[in-house]
Amino acid sequence: MEKVVRQLEDVTIRFAGDSGDGMQITGAQFTNVSALMGNDLGTFPDFPAEIRAPAGSLAGVTSFQVHFSSREIFTPGEQCDALVVMNPAALRVHLGFLRPQGILLVNTEEFKPRNLTMAGYASNPLEDQSLSAYQVFSVNMTKLTREAVKDLKLSVKESERCKNFFALGMAYWLYQRSMEPTVQFIRDKFSKRPELAEANLRALQAGRNYCENTEQFGSSYRVPAAKLRPGRYRNITGTTATVLGMIAAGQKSGLEVFLGSYPITPASEILHQLSRYKNFGVRTVQAEDEIASVCMAIGAAYGGSLAFTTTSGPGVNLKAEAVSLAISVELPLVLCDIQRAGPSTGMPTKTEQGDLLQVLYGRHGESPIAVLAGSRPSDCFDTIYECARIAVRYMTPVVFLSDLFLAFGAEPWMFPSSADLPPIPVRFRTDPEGFQPFQRDLETLARPWAIPGTPGLEHRIGGLEKEHLTGNVSYDPKNHEMMCRLRAEKIEKIAQEIPPTRIDGPESGDLLVVGWGSTYGAIRTATEKKREEGKSVSHVHLRHLNPLPPDLGSILYRFEHVLVPEINLGQLLKVLRARYLVPAVGLNKVQGQPFETTEIEAKIDSILRGEP
Amino acid sequence: MNQAAAPEIASRPLTKKDFESDQDVRWCPGCGDYAILSQVQKVLPELGIPREKLVFISGIGCSSRFPYYMNTYGFHTIHGRAPAIASGLRASRPDLSVWVITGDGDALSIGGNHFIHLLRRNLDVRILLFNNRIYGLTKGQYSPTSELGKVTASTPMGSIDYPFNPISLALGAEATFVARTLDRDLAHLHETLRRAAAHRGTAFVEIYQNCNIFNDGAFEVFTEKETKLAHVARLEHGKPILYGPKNEKGIRLKGFQLESIDLSKAEARMEDLLVYDAHCPDATLAMIVSRMTGENNLPLPIGVFRSVSRPCYDDSLNEQVRKAKEMMGPGDLDELFNSGDTWVVQPSS
Repeated sequence: MEKVVRQLEDVTIRFAGDSGDGMQITGAQFTNVSALMGNDLGTFPDFPAEIRAPAGSLAGVTSFQVHFSSREIFTPGEQCDALVVMNPAALRVHLGFLRPQGILLVNTEEFKPRNLTMAGYASNPLEDQSLSAYQVFSVNMTKLTREAVKDLKLSVKESERCKNFFALGMAYWLYQRSMEPTVQFIRDKFSKRPELAEANLRALQAGRNYCENTEQFGSSYRVPAAKLRPGRYRNITGTTATVLGMIAAGQKSGLEVFLGSYPITPASEILHQLSRYKNFGVRTVQAEDEIASVCMAIGAAYGGSLAFTTTSGPGVNLKAEAVSLAISVELPLVLCDIQRAGPSTGMPTKTEQGDLLQVLYGRHGESPIAVLAGSRPSDCFDTIYECARIAVRYMTPVVFLSDLFLAFGAEPWMFPSSADLPPIPVRFRTDPEGFQPFQRDLETLARPWAIPGTPGLEHRIGGLEKEHLTGNVSYDPKNHEMMCRLRAEKIEKIAQEIPPTRIDGPESGDLLVVGWGSTYGAIRTATEKKREEGKSVSHVHLRHLNPLPPDLGSILYRFEHVLVPEINLGQLLKVLRARYLVPAVGLNKVQGQPFETTEIEAKIDSILRGEP
Repeated sequence: MNQAAAPEIASRPLTKKDFESDQDVRWCPGCGDYAILSQVQKVLPELGIPREKLVFISGIGCSSRFPYYMNTYGFHTIHGRAPAIASGLRASRPDLSVWVITGDGDALSIGGNHFIHLLRRNLDVRILLFNNRIYGLTKGQYSPTSELGKVTASTPMGSIDYPFNPISLALGAEATFVARTLDRDLAHLHETLRRAAAHRGTAFVEIYQNCNIFNDGAFEVFTEKETKLAHVARLEHGKPILYGPKNEKGIRLKGFQLESIDLSKAEARMEDLLVYDAHCPDATLAMIVSRMTGENNLPLPIGVFRSVSRPCYDDSLNEQVRKAKEMMGPGDLDELFNSGDTWVVQPSS
């Protein structure tokens, strides 16, 4: 049979299987190859909170989604064009994400009565016509893998563990991917176990050959390279971008980076990655608890380090008192909140934007703080870098907001050269002449950073209210009010450095969609689509959440309607309505999942139709 | 003014006066904290540490006002967290001499976790715990070292909260230097501070301190002339534990129990006495001795319970940083950005 190759602009594929099935590696390989082939990309892994849920159970299903395209894209995709499932539980959990007529590659080996029952199927969906809306390809991948490696004298378990590469080989044939990078990866990964390298290579090749040689598969697809901006790229997750941003800020400021952290999903990975870069003078400490981790960072900042503390929502609560201390003594600190679904333990491996109001207001007393949010994985680099710059320039704690979707999501990043990064000038106070610990810089209202070890500047700071200039303990009522106002004014002054707000779409019109954080891709895609349909829809995405950009109010007033989509129940919405008195409306979702573009499109349509 | 004196003083030997800040000391008249402040200011000139290298970090409570009165660097932080802030400072600034000032509520109640973990990590930090067995600043609630049955503002029918023994707690937390001294015994206080300063690692000193407002006389029996000799035993490494007005009593170890023997009696033999070993790598002996509290016919031990050497977290951390630079070379940002798989998108023709 002559096989045809069709060209597609854009494909989303999802690999789903049991926790032990190697789906994350499979997805990562598919991503890597697609990047090297020049596609634009967005990826997202989805995994359970349980490390090893019972095999075959719904709770144990893990997945990895890759969106690759020949045009510029902004999301890891929503509805899948292809779904690879390794067992019935994966089918059950993920079938809803496959579009009608989508490709379904099924490993039939696991579709036995016990597994079907565990997944909640009364009858085998491969036999009962319930999948007739999809292009189903039933293949016993496990058995074919066993056969491909049978003369290598591996145990049955070892043989069967190669089945993810069989599945990957099939996907590579289906989307005409190059095998070479994965061949190299397998050789490197199993360099100490050549027999396993050989087995995985054979499984990969067997998967590809199976599609090529059997009549089950008639056509494959090609997704040409995207026209990306010329330059050198790498694939990057939000976590890695954050880590590189921390190191870059340390290098450019000339300060040693210190991270105080306590393990919490999804922030722990920052601690893991940053701790590998001690050759940059980076110090990381895994503290005894969340409170200690922020306090250690404050101690390091007091001593002149560029200090970070990383956590997720519950940890932000615990750190709040110490952050207020840093506000009171005016020391630089970056608090990274990698948000997850709450309250309480909530859904710790699922994403949410539920902490905005907490980081804006969740402290005692008048304790204003700067808040910035990353909007896409690579943007986490620029955003945390800017957080660090603001922290040392204004002598203040700054919150960096990210979330699980950004942290684990990945995309190509045209990385900068260090020379292109904005400078972060730091001058410790050394001159004792006229030194006063709380004398302020007129431009920024920052106090001097006078670190221990500097002769002649011995002084005391503390959480008690300080007298203006001298920093001596003061209970004077007027002084307290002045200090509260000065600390607030200092944070407001940051607005003087916020660049003009970028508006995608017309400068004024029917509808402005305002977002922050990881909703960027979905909003950008939805609003572009509406403009292509000729509708007057613009998009503003906020990096600075406190202080807000000085031009934001005038922008909001130029639109008939304002829509604020958030993965929470309306937090930025409250802030904008209170601050600008605009009748903005929200689009809100708290399902632990990002927006689908279509959800935002539907809301836009309904607003433009005049529906309430 | 919260300002340093001119730097020329660094060129002459420092005196107690150099360590006094210009702030009025505002503890209650008669408070034991005055004596401790004074002794710390007297010990520091003996250490030869430049004033700018000294940092006093405190939490919350009466004792935690201490840094305001020291003309060094000082940081009055939040309740219970001074050990964590000190850890971050010391881990990143190995050139500084870091001192934590805390109390029984601050260190053992709200800050209990940070306290034990600092001891375990053995960062090179001194902790002076002013133990007055009461909450003073919040006006007289019982503390985690208050005795059972104590009637306080929050325990009108008597405390039902079993207290910590801070020395036992520190030993259990793997502390490498553990000592106890008294605010009223100035010479012993001075000597104990000096020894704590000389220790490499976390040096924990419990100082019995009288709160004359809310818990006056809590340690009277150990500090007053008429009773102290009969109730206080000074631990000295390599020597038997003796006490009594004429050192006529000694401590003997029988099984795991300590007992007091009267050396004036004919059958008592000096060689039966426990010879104290503060440098024993195992903390068991120190733990047994720490169980003596001045009750049940046994004295209260003061002095150094334990002084052993163990790697400091801060040294090990800095050693890892040094080693990483040596192995991988000092980091290069552009190389870092370029690491992993990269690809080039060419300008379209």
